[in-house]
Amino acid sequence: MTADTRFSEEEFEAQRNLRPLGTRSQIVTGPVSDWATDFSHLEPEWAADPYRILDDLRARCPIAHTDRFGGGWLPTRYEDVAAIAHDTERFSSRSIIMGNFRPPRDIAPMGGTPPISSDPPFHHDARKLLLPAFTKTAIGKIEPATRAFCHELVDRLQGRDVVDAAVDYAQHIPMRAIADMLGFPPEDGPHFREFVESALEGVNLPPEERIARMTKLFDYILVQIRDHLDNPRDDLTTYLIEAELYGQKLEAFHVAGTIGLLLIAGIDTTWSAIGASLWHLAQTPADRARLVGEPSLVATAMEEFLRAFAPVTMARLVKDDMAWRGVDMKADDWVLLSFPAANRDPDQFDRADEVVIDREVNRHAAFGLGIHRCVGSHLARMELRVALEVWLERMPVFSLADPGAVTWSAGQVRGPRTLPLRIGG
Amino acid sequence: MRVTIDADRCQGHGRCYDLAPQIFHDDEEGYGQVGGDGTVPAGLEPLAKRAAANCPERAISVVEGA
Repeated sequence: MTADTRFSEEEFEAQRNLRPLGTRSQIVTGPVSDWATDFSHLEPEWAADPYRILDDLRARCPIAHTDRFGGGWLPTRYEDVAAIAHDTERFSSRSIIMGNFRPPRDIAPMGGTPPISSDPPFHHDARKLLLPAFTKTAIGKIEPATRAFCHELVDRLQGRDVVDAAVDYAQHIPMRAIADMLGFPPEDGPHFREFVESALEGVNLPPEERIARMTKLFDYILVQIRDHLDNPRDDLTTYLIEAELYGQKLEAFHVAGTIGLLLIAGIDTTWSAIGASLWHLAQTPADRARLVGEPSLVATAMEEFLRAFAPVTMARLVKDDMAWRGVDMKADDWVLLSFPAANRDPDQFDRADEVVIDREVNRHAAFGLGIHRCVGSHLARMELRVALEVWLERMPVFSLADPGAVTWSAGQVRGPRTLPLRIGG
Repeated sequence: MRVTIDADRCQGHGRCYDLAPQIFHDDEEGYGQVGGDGTVPAGLEPLAKRAAANCPERAISVVEGA
């Protein structure tokens, strides 16, 4: 048997240098003149309250445009978001982060972080490799460890009047779960936070800095992969190193890209969902008291939190010039695929702008629609439910300590990043 | 009452087996499956309808009286 050299420095570097270059557009920042013609999901106004903007656009537009990021569209109706999510013929996933960099067309069908960045038919096969590890049944096995960890986090907060629910609680839960699944050192959590911010919030940084940050992420992943090559174990990293597609081991970029995806997408998304749910409960005593008294309602309530505060917005690239529902889309235009906008469409949901914790029918799109449905949705739901159950059981009375101090992440994953809560009455 | 899942539409969101595990379950890739021939046990009709109403992909059909 020959040694597995796919991840050696020389080979990986050589592969990296062979990767085709993409195109860059001018970085435009600063106040938005009109959200219908100049939108930007990276401005502070959006981070503070995107719903007001999206509701306004839905009523008067409903597909907004921007020249920023080299050009892009923002559909705001459920129907349009669903149609695009289901249309992989005309909309490519080869990049799913709307920014100033477009990867070249020949990076498809794999994309940089398969399978989220992949198009059919490759997408199906890459996704199939991951599905068994993320079924509800498989995830159920790690629920006890997640619950124990949530209790441990609360133990550490005992005796404090004010705690930061985003920093001291929410962020740690998905970090620990994904580190365990990948077999990465649990103490590396702070690095993960940095990687997440680089990938998702660094979109408007100068290109050199953005590349340097992404290189740092992949260098970290390579160190972990090499450690797994030397010491194989029962985790997702070893599984991906050993996995085969079409009779061959996966390309090095496929393995590293998928691990990068799991690391980035598995953390700030659920962190945001936990934080947004606690933010709502902290300022809605009736909902909080009802869930404390009726813990079995948490599963229903959290679907409503996912609808109303859907953390994730995706992006697509238009494949070819076309007229689409009244607008002229050009090849390589972005489409910002706002699941939060879809989830607040009054044509799809009664009382769309209210949080109704016992909503019986809730066909929300927080985890996407179509073939790219979030592969980690069962993990995210388990983490969110357990995080809320443990918090409500251990600290049933809490409120916003300082509403003005709450901060939200900008960009395509939105959730509280600072959330000071006063514990007790 | 009978339920069926359109496998071409199902994407494995799992709302059906979350809400009505007596009627639906997941397969080894997380896609929804109906138990047996899809006949809904007596008394569970409202649950079956609720599961169908919550499927984000509208993949579940409910046939009354079947």
